[in-house]
Amino acid sequence: MPTENALLKEYSEREYEHGFVTDIEADAIAPGLSEDIVRLISSKKDEPEWLLEWRLKAYRHWLTLEEPQWQNVHYPPIDYQAAVYYSAPKQKPLLNSLDEVDPALLETYEKLGIPLEEQKALAGVAVDAIFDSVSVATTYRETLEKEGVIFGPFSDAVHKYPELVKKYLGSVVPSSDNFFAALNSAVFSDGSFCYIPKGVRCPLELSTYFRINAQNTGQFERTLIIAEEGSYVSYLEGCTAPKRDENQLHAAVVELVAMKDAQIKYSTVQNWYPGDAEGKGGIYNFVTKRGVCRGENSKISWTQVETGSAITWKYPSVILQGDNSVGEFYSVAVTANRQQADTGSKMIHIGKNTKSTIISKGISAGRGQNNYRGLVKIQKGATNARNFSQCDSLLIGDRCGAHTFPYIEVRNASAKVEHEASTSKVGEDQIYYCRQRGLPTEDAVNMIVNGFCKEVYDVLPMEFALEARKLLSVSLEGSVG
Amino acid sequence: MLEIKDLHARCDATEILRGINLQVRAGEVHAIMGPNGSGKSTLAHVLAGREDYEVTQGEVLFNGTSLLDMEVEQRAAEGIFMAYQYPVEIPGVSNKYFLKAAMNSIRKHHKQPLIDTMDFLKVLKEKMQLLGMDKSMMERSVNEGFSGGEKKRNEILQMAMLQPKLAVLDETDSGLDIDALRIVADGVNTLRSPERAIIVVTHYQRLLDYIVPDYVHVLAEGRIVRSGDKTLALELEEKGYGFLEALSPSAAAAAV
Repeated sequence: MPTENALLKEYSEREYEHGFVTDIEADAIAPGLSEDIVRLISSKKDEPEWLLEWRLKAYRHWLTLEEPQWQNVHYPPIDYQAAVYYSAPKQKPLLNSLDEVDPALLETYEKLGIPLEEQKALAGVAVDAIFDSVSVATTYRETLEKEGVIFGPFSDAVHKYPELVKKYLGSVVPSSDNFFAALNSAVFSDGSFCYIPKGVRCPLELSTYFRINAQNTGQFERTLIIAEEGSYVSYLEGCTAPKRDENQLHAAVVELVAMKDAQIKYSTVQNWYPGDAEGKGGIYNFVTKRGVCRGENSKISWTQVETGSAITWKYPSVILQGDNSVGEFYSVAVTANRQQADTGSKMIHIGKNTKSTIISKGISAGRGQNNYRGLVKIQKGATNARNFSQCDSLLIGDRCGAHTFPYIEVRNASAKVEHEASTSKVGEDQIYYCRQRGLPTEDAVNMIVNGFCKEVYDVLPMEFALEARKLLSVSLEGSVG
Repeated sequence: MLEIKDLHARCDATEILRGINLQVRAGEVHAIMGPNGSGKSTLAHVLAGREDYEVTQGEVLFNGTSLLDMEVEQRAAEGIFMAYQYPVEIPGVSNKYFLKAAMNSIRKHHKQPLIDTMDFLKVLKEKMQLLGMDKSMMERSVNEGFSGGEKKRNEILQMAMLQPKLAVLDETDSGLDIDALRIVADGVNTLRSPERAIIVVTHYQRLLDYIVPDYVHVLAEGRIVRSGDKTLALELEEKGYGFLEALSPSAAAAAV
């Protein structure tokens, strides 16, 4: 049908607007991976001995692991010796204020719509900007310090708060957890560290913007968020990368710890370069994200809007350890062109009366392949645990695919686990109906897709909900606009 | 306002409309009747611009401009509205949002400023009261989980908000009980005006008791075989569509 063909065409011609490259001198090490490289990274960051040992242990363990093959995505073997494991824009090692940030970097973030000058910045959002391997700027640090909130580059935290880092690093995602977590633990370069003291409601939304710029460079950042008893934090994460013909690996680890009565809301808008219409280039986004609700009545919510990356492979998870704790996962994943996604969530119920919700919306277009994979595990002691999962797939065109792999393990008879799934197609009749009311096809498709995602948008922080809508409509509009 | 000349249209290989001629002036209400498969709904969709149908011959002028060259949304913007026999569900999109987007899209087409939200809500409230619709309907997703009657009422609400020049009602009476039928018909009647034309496509005469047409046309095998005033509908009701057989093109051909 003509409309459908036009849509497919738009999808396959969709352009990536963040594809520019910043021309900035970088301090990069030679490609390849060895113990010497791990030592070099650690020394470049002037790290304490214990952290180097931690990295080396992870590296040695990584050598014994094989790259997992069970996921439903396909890509040629990755040559881990060809990648560069450290690249940083050349500048003064320690920044005291934004005035010292290289103007080319400020301009880069400006272009991405993330102004780093505080007077221009989004009101109520503190931003940590990560460029290739290092954090280049953190805004509103003073405002946060007044409340006792620590927010800034991971590498800073290692020096300033070694006890906190030592205590929690690897406590949720051990370095031996999986192939990519082990790799990250060995070579991670920077990331964000965030600590909310007891009883503090973080006064700002915290946000990290990740940018891969250098060629042939892997990005391995680590994020660690600790919310002490009775605290609250909302954290946003955004990602972009230049257009490159070769694939780039992004293997991050995110760890969240929520103590008694604490709440962490973690939102991601992932827009890494997805590759071109033929599937050339793009980011491999292989990420381990996990949170633990350690104390009673704690809550962790993951919300993600995934439109980028050639391959997305991740399962933001919650370990519900404390009694009455709550885990949530809300996801919109778009695969267009030849993008592939294997994503979902894991909810591990350990404590009594624990509750989890999974809402996953997968949108496939072009030749995109979208997989939902989720695990709901109810342990023996998790009396009265509840889970509700809903996985909906929306197909645009007839060359894409949607797949659902739910795993449910229940070891306590009082548990209640519900799973709902649906697959629908953006209907010709829906588009025709909208057009008959005066809406052009593109607006109609946007409206239908946004309606499909509504349950997830409703839980995104305001600024991100707007950005997510915009991002989705850009994906849908193709080269128009 | 609307001039249809020797219109032929087909869906895949099947020719459905085989030479329709019809003139509709502003202020008039025309009823198109006919048995199942006579091409009534096809005619409605060809006017709206549905791409499943291919026009093979003839022309359609709307206020002097050729309609067949226009996209579906362009026709809508020019003032053509179709009330669907089977209104489509759009999950997650509120009725209110949908209506406002449609109105603004049409305004944009005419380079008019976007509608003020307060004005929009005020008019919406009035029209909904007129149609006996509950306020909660506005927050619900477009047609999702609506009963048959609610869906048809919602179509008329959209018509009332969009204020089209030409409204085509496709089997608006189907699936309605007598009370719902009356409310919907009353809604349509309030929209009768000297500037607006309405084409009512229906299988049954019943609807025409409430929406009294100026003209009635009987469609059979893709052609208008008889035209008359409202009494033609009553005659049809009495005799059934069987009496058309004598008038149908294939019967005429057989007689030759």
